[in-house]
Amino acid sequence: MDLSSINPILLLASLMVAATPIMLAAIGELVVERAGVLNLGVEGMTITGAVCGFVVAVATSSPWLGFLGAAIGGAVLSLIFGILTQLFLSNQVATGLALTLFGLGLSALMGQGYIGIKAPEFPDWYIPLLGDIPVIGPIVFQHDPMVYVGLAIVAGVWAFLKYSRAGLILRAVGENHEAAHALGYHVVRVRMLAIMFGGACAGLGGAYLSLVRVPQWTEGMTAGAGWIALAIVVFASWRPGRLLLGAYLFGGVTVLQLNLQAAGAAIGVEYLSMAPYLATIAVLVIMRAGRAPGSLGQSFHASR
Amino acid sequence: MTEPLLRLSGLTKAYPGVVANKDVSFNIGRGEVHALLGENGAGKSTLVKTIYGLVKPDAGTMTLEGQPFQPPEPRAARAAGVAMVFQHFSLFDAMNVAENIALGMENPPPQAEIAAQVRNVSDQYGLPLDPDRVVGELSAGERQRVEIIRCLLQDPKLLIMDEPTSVLTPQEVDILFETLRQLRAEGTAILYISHKLEEIRALCDNATVLRLGEVVGECDPRQTSARDMAELMVGSTLHVPEKADKPAGDVVLSLNGLSAKAPHQFGTALRDITLDVRKGEVLGIGGVAGNGQDELVAALSGEMKTNKAMITYKGQNIAHLPPNARRKIGLLAAPEERMGHAAAPDMSLTENAILTAMTREKLTSNGFLHWAKARNFAQEVIAAFDVRTPGPQNAARSLSGGNLQKFVIGREIMQTPEVLVVNQPTWGVDASAAAAIRQALLDLAEKGSAVIVISQDLDELMEISDSFAALNEGRLSAPRPAKGLTVEEIGLMLGGAHDMEVAHVEG
Repeated sequence: MDLSSINPILLLASLMVAATPIMLAAIGELVVERAGVLNLGVEGMTITGAVCGFVVAVATSSPWLGFLGAAIGGAVLSLIFGILTQLFLSNQVATGLALTLFGLGLSALMGQGYIGIKAPEFPDWYIPLLGDIPVIGPIVFQHDPMVYVGLAIVAGVWAFLKYSRAGLILRAVGENHEAAHALGYHVVRVRMLAIMFGGACAGLGGAYLSLVRVPQWTEGMTAGAGWIALAIVVFASWRPGRLLLGAYLFGGVTVLQLNLQAAGAAIGVEYLSMAPYLATIAVLVIMRAGRAPGSLGQSFHASR
Repeated sequence: MTEPLLRLSGLTKAYPGVVANKDVSFNIGRGEVHALLGENGAGKSTLVKTIYGLVKPDAGTMTLEGQPFQPPEPRAARAAGVAMVFQHFSLFDAMNVAENIALGMENPPPQAEIAAQVRNVSDQYGLPLDPDRVVGELSAGERQRVEIIRCLLQDPKLLIMDEPTSVLTPQEVDILFETLRQLRAEGTAILYISHKLEEIRALCDNATVLRLGEVVGECDPRQTSARDMAELMVGSTLHVPEKADKPAGDVVLSLNGLSAKAPHQFGTALRDITLDVRKGEVLGIGGVAGNGQDELVAALSGEMKTNKAMITYKGQNIAHLPPNARRKIGLLAAPEERMGHAAAPDMSLTENAILTAMTREKLTSNGFLHWAKARNFAQEVIAAFDVRTPGPQNAARSLSGGNLQKFVIGREIMQTPEVLVVNQPTWGVDASAAAAIRQALLDLAEKGSAVIVISQDLDELMEISDSFAALNEGRLSAPRPAKGLTVEEIGLMLGGAHDMEVAHVEG
């Protein structure tokens, strides 16, 4: 094994890239769950976002429009979930699982003509001054714009939940929907909006995979990223700060194990592939605090 | 006569299969405490929800200060000066007091300012409350204070209170009444809903009585006896439980220095409880909630394991027996919390009947259920205790609190226990149903069973007990004959009872 082949600066820099798709999908799901809805369809929305983003980006040659398309695609798919669970009161677990299966199938269908095509270039930003700082510059300030968009979304969600009135109402709806209804808040409306935000974020996460990380379309390319996002939300105790940590930890160990594989580590490849999952879960379980939103996963109907 | 603050005329609201309100009309004046009385299901909740904008009436009008008033949603009602304190608190456990209060306000100022206002109002009305505490950690009384302060911060013209005292200790009730009297003096009208007639007599200026959705009478509660009001609610003569004097039988259940550690963080440890219960005796155990009532019931029912030889039943040591074995030999218990403890909310009444009655009523054999037999048993309970439900196939959750209470108490009584332990048997139950439950407990004792009634309602205990003991911080006072006990004596028994007021029994 040749550890000198691993460049620590490059490793840390690619950590941010590797973490971004999971972070995006997870922050959306965090908002959904704080509103009291358990959407297990993150994987399905992520891969639908991946294919929608890819198709739009190829058609328009604009990665930005691709990301926009991905967000819309994810949101539209999540709207199906929202209508079924919020208006027709279907079981959230079953509907979410069905959404994942549906999304996987739908994306395979939509992406049939796009296998093997390359996505349009999405160049990295070179942030002047900040990007010139040695060591930190290449690690933090020389990425593609979506890395920063993702961070901005996480920060925005944190501020929204902590400081805004709308965020307070959203938390109230998730904590005790009966009480929120009694106070005159629109439980279903708040949840629908949260679900669509979650779908849009999952879509962005998927598009990041197909437009930046890989960057091309293959069937089933999300490979469980949506599920990891779901797990990170739970283990992060529904807090944006911990979620960021969890996503970066997962991204970091992923990159590290890939590097170790390339360097020919004496550990079996299977164990290395397991490492990101084990490390993320272990750390977040140890740090675990706080509880789930009180009404998580329960259907709400005004008459009861 | 000047224009009243709120005028209701001809309010009607029908739900499929039931008319909740039928042509309801009455007025509430400024600075008036107006009581709304009625049995469970008389339509009180629907009526106040209409005023608060949660329910749209099918017909009828309301005017507030002479202006037409038809709030499409609670925000509009709040904006017009109507505030409401809910029966089941509309609070959010994981949030702090200030956030909870902000959620009930139309245009809340920043959190820091709310905190300052909360401190201000809580000083003004003698309602101590820390705005930074998380609501989930507060006691029932403190949680209600959160609701009240949330209302007061909006300077309401009308404050609606739905069963505000059902979860409060007598001491907390006194504090609440002090606050309400102060509000009345400042000109706030209060619409007060309660089952506790003595409270209404002490507090209210006027009362409107609802029965089956209709106004059946108005009265001045200060001039009307509790019994007359109860009869107005029920529409027939109220049956007051009758207790026959009888010689005490043999000792059937003994506790010998029963001690147990607190089962969880918020529990109370039981300390050296010694007690003999005789056949045909009704033993009343009083005390403020949280002094070991739940733990005592759990120890007797077998839910909580205790050390050997601490519980003797007919000379046999039963401390090691699990609940079903105790049921088999005739020791039954009905816990306080009906939803989730005494009954499984999403299971049908038949299934709930099977859960505790399968051993004694032989509802199973070889591991298979006798559905027909179980259904009959559930039906018998429903008939004998006047449980209002379409049938035993209905989920426990669909019953109102009082009706479910009748079912879970009736289910145990119908199994003809030799010893029955009940905790808060008439909690949240209306006057006539409460009287029926008490009578059933007395009848059971008449037939020779021993009955242990744990309750916070001292009036109830005085009415039915042969002997009375008080539970205080997990210790039980020596039982004394209930007949002739004075309020002062009870107070002394309850208290080592630090700062516990017993004014409650005087009414």
